[in-house]
Amino acid sequence: MSEPLQFVFDVSGENFTSAGEASVTVKKNLRMLGFAPDIIRRVAIAMYEGEINMVIHAGGGVATVTVFPDRIEMVLDDRGPGIADIELAMREGFSTAPDNIRNLGFGAGMGLPNMKRNTDSMKIESELGKGTKITMTVNT
Amino acid sequence: MKISRVAELLGAKIRSCADKASSEVCSACGSDMMSDVLAFVKDQAVLLTGLVNPQVVRTAEMMDMRCIVFVRSKLPSDEMLALAEESGIVVMTTPLRMFEACGILYSGGLGKTENL
Repeated sequence: MSEPLQFVFDVSGENFTSAGEASVTVKKNLRMLGFAPDIIRRVAIAMYEGEINMVIHAGGGVATVTVFPDRIEMVLDDRGPGIADIELAMREGFSTAPDNIRNLGFGAGMGLPNMKRNTDSMKIESELGKGTKITMTVNT
Repeated sequence: MKISRVAELLGAKIRSCADKASSEVCSACGSDMMSDVLAFVKDQAVLLTGLVNPQVVRTAEMMDMRCIVFVRSKLPSDEMLALAEESGIVVMTTPLRMFEACGILYSGGLGKTENL
């Protein structure tokens, strides 16, 4: 049995302009692997929202995407400030994004709920002052 | 409706992927909030927006959109146009405001978006 295919990305937290580069690459790779468009889109949206979050809130992090025979798994791991109240963070419209991010068209408080909506499972592990790890899967 | 017809109706100038202007699109959405585009758009192929930054192009790409219309004469940067070229997205600019641009396309026959 061969090892599952894995892509690892160092998501830079330095500039908002480059946010999304990992998601674009994942999308291209999944397209080359021949996945159905709706699967690719769900993975791309969840990953992009997560990537944007890592850049806005956590100063970047590491994104690992693994292609298993039955699912695609995305793990977004950062060393940011952590999420104080996960239940509150999951509420549509709740956001702690600063105004400069809202001016760029993000920070409407739709990211985490949208990640959940586009995936088949989503687990958030977060510790204040340590960081946040989000694991999402899309069944294929 | 062909993308070239969208440009014609809006008096818009095409700035990237002009070779794809004969592609058909059947619905659109207008928003300056990319968070909402990511959360609510389903199969709308045209994005009308007054927001200008590279994440607009990335958002459109994630949503498999084919065309971005910048309203209110907003000009995309060279970097954004290069991203759009790479992603095969037709970018155009129109002096019209968002409300007028959406209204003209809607009454011109570009389909209704689904109720959100």
